[in-house]
Amino acid sequence: MSLILKARALGKKYRRRWALSNCTLDVPAGRVVGLVGPNGAGKSTLLNLASGMLTPTSGDIEVCGGRPAGGTAQLAKVGFVAQDTPTYAGLTIGEHLRLGDRLNPGWDAALAERRIRRLGLDPRQRAGRLSGGQRAQLALTLGIAKRPELLILDEPVAALDPLARREFMRDLTDAVAEHGLSVVLSSHLVSDLERVCDHLIVLVDSRVQAAGDVDALLATHHRFTGTRRDPAGLPADHHVVSVHHSGRDTTLLVRADAPVDDPAWTVSRPDLEDVVLAYLGRPATDGHSPRSALEALR
Amino acid sequence: MIWLTWRQLRTQAGATYALLAVLAVILATTGSQLLHLYETAGADFLTRLTEADNSLYLVGALAVMALPALIGMFWGAPLITRELDAGTHRLVWNQGVTRTRWLITKLGLTGLAAMAAAGALSLAVSWWAGPIDATADGSSVLAGFYFPRLSPLMFDARGVAPIGHAAFAFTLGVTLGVLIRRTLPAMIVTLVAFITVQVAVPLWVRPALIAPARLTTPISAANFRLWDGENVKVLIDKPGAWTIGQHTIDAAGRSVAAPSWIPDCLGQVRAELDTGCLDRLGRLGYRQLVSYQPAGRFWTFQWYELGIFLALAVLLALFCAWWIRRHVS
Repeated sequence: MSLILKARALGKKYRRRWALSNCTLDVPAGRVVGLVGPNGAGKSTLLNLASGMLTPTSGDIEVCGGRPAGGTAQLAKVGFVAQDTPTYAGLTIGEHLRLGDRLNPGWDAALAERRIRRLGLDPRQRAGRLSGGQRAQLALTLGIAKRPELLILDEPVAALDPLARREFMRDLTDAVAEHGLSVVLSSHLVSDLERVCDHLIVLVDSRVQAAGDVDALLATHHRFTGTRRDPAGLPADHHVVSVHHSGRDTTLLVRADAPVDDPAWTVSRPDLEDVVLAYLGRPATDGHSPRSALEALR
Repeated sequence: MIWLTWRQLRTQAGATYALLAVLAVILATTGSQLLHLYETAGADFLTRLTEADNSLYLVGALAVMALPALIGMFWGAPLITRELDAGTHRLVWNQGVTRTRWLITKLGLTGLAAMAAAGALSLAVSWWAGPIDATADGSSVLAGFYFPRLSPLMFDARGVAPIGHAAFAFTLGVTLGVLIRRTLPAMIVTLVAFITVQVAVPLWVRPALIAPARLTTPISAANFRLWDGENVKVLIDKPGAWTIGQHTIDAAGRSVAAPSWIPDCLGQVRAELDTGCLDRLGRLGYRQLVSYQPAGRFWTFQWYELGIFLALAVLLALFCAWWIRRHVS
């Protein structure tokens, strides 16, 4: 399996605080990868390290086989749509395309113009007067038209309303299908990702809690429901991800290749959001609970 | 990258160059009349200058001195800070151009435009004021509010030094902007820092660049300038020279305070100068030791100052490049 991103014991420290610590991660090429986790988990830091906006304090990161932002060749391979999709307010859409043309050796001018036309945007309009959704589309256009191997998007839809959110994601899916690029995008909402991603990474407190193709994640996670009891009696290859007691019942989310056939438990299929939430709700290794952060989001 | 730099600069540069063009037209039309007057008027040239000429003499000097400060504030401080404010650095640094090349192009082109503006303005003003400067430089007495080119009040408004000032003020603004990361505070700090440097350089740096010349002169009613409450100050017969320091010495050449009776005869405000008092100083062997920079060193000082400020600008640019690579994301 070829990797588009490889991180080893990666860490980034701001003054006294570690925004990301000891993160080890393999991201396969040719996928649309969703990076999900609560606020403060280190998603944005990780993506900024991958694009070379930040340099690591410790550990190593390799993207498309090279050091992030290590030169023009590396910059050409990686597109990055930063958080809040920044654009130059004083420049028109047409001038942004010209900027892309002037600054990128592999710029696909025809593609960029086609996209702007299809989105119904006027090239003479200043970027400062666009709606949040249109601005995100412009930033995405710049990212795609440089024809990178990997496109990284940091919370691209966080500031958008639900309709713009859906349009952006659909548009991204089309672009991926058309150009066959690898994508890593982050969100704190699973619902944003489950329609577009075929691979998911759950990041909590800098740690990769779960990573894998969506199909595999769904096939290896099971919901066990039964009368209230201690889950310790399950076979050794059953990893209990979350335990939830309500009244006289106990609900478990279990990772196992094949669930045990035990009449005491009713086994059902969780959906992707259930799986992700089970990981997000797990007690963190260093004591403070990511659950509170998650609940604040929902 | 050149196109983007130009696109981002063109508003400020357009406004600055338009104002300079207006000033240049005014200087060009009045300058030839001034030159004609200088050639025909002879000794009373300065007294025959019109109100408008005097105003333009002042406005020109102020414009040359103010332009570098304005460039530092309005071109330098926002250059990168504006990108950091809007987050657009994260857009532009992810195109196919390295951060270092981005910075070099931005600093280089904008800096050159700043230096060209300051150079053109200083050239125009220096040409216009040439007749007045020549007259002020040729006079060993103070010529009203016309100052020799070497005097600290005029030096920064003439010659090639303003090019260095512009380059320095620009990179100073960029550096402070990157460090402070907020445009308005960075602009204000740039202005204060630049003024501080412009005051400090003539006070402490420029006089020491070349060892000053010295002369001793008797104190007389003819060269007496003023009594500052502690010391006698005299004028020297060196046209256009910049007097750096002077003190009174006694007959044996020792540096001394003025005799105790001097304040009584010079310290009072009176219509007529008490020449007897000064004659008595001369009879007792008191003289004045004056250190000064001769007028002929004007261009040497100009090139020194240009070199120093360009070197400072390069250092600041290197610091910016290092800081942006290390600390900004």
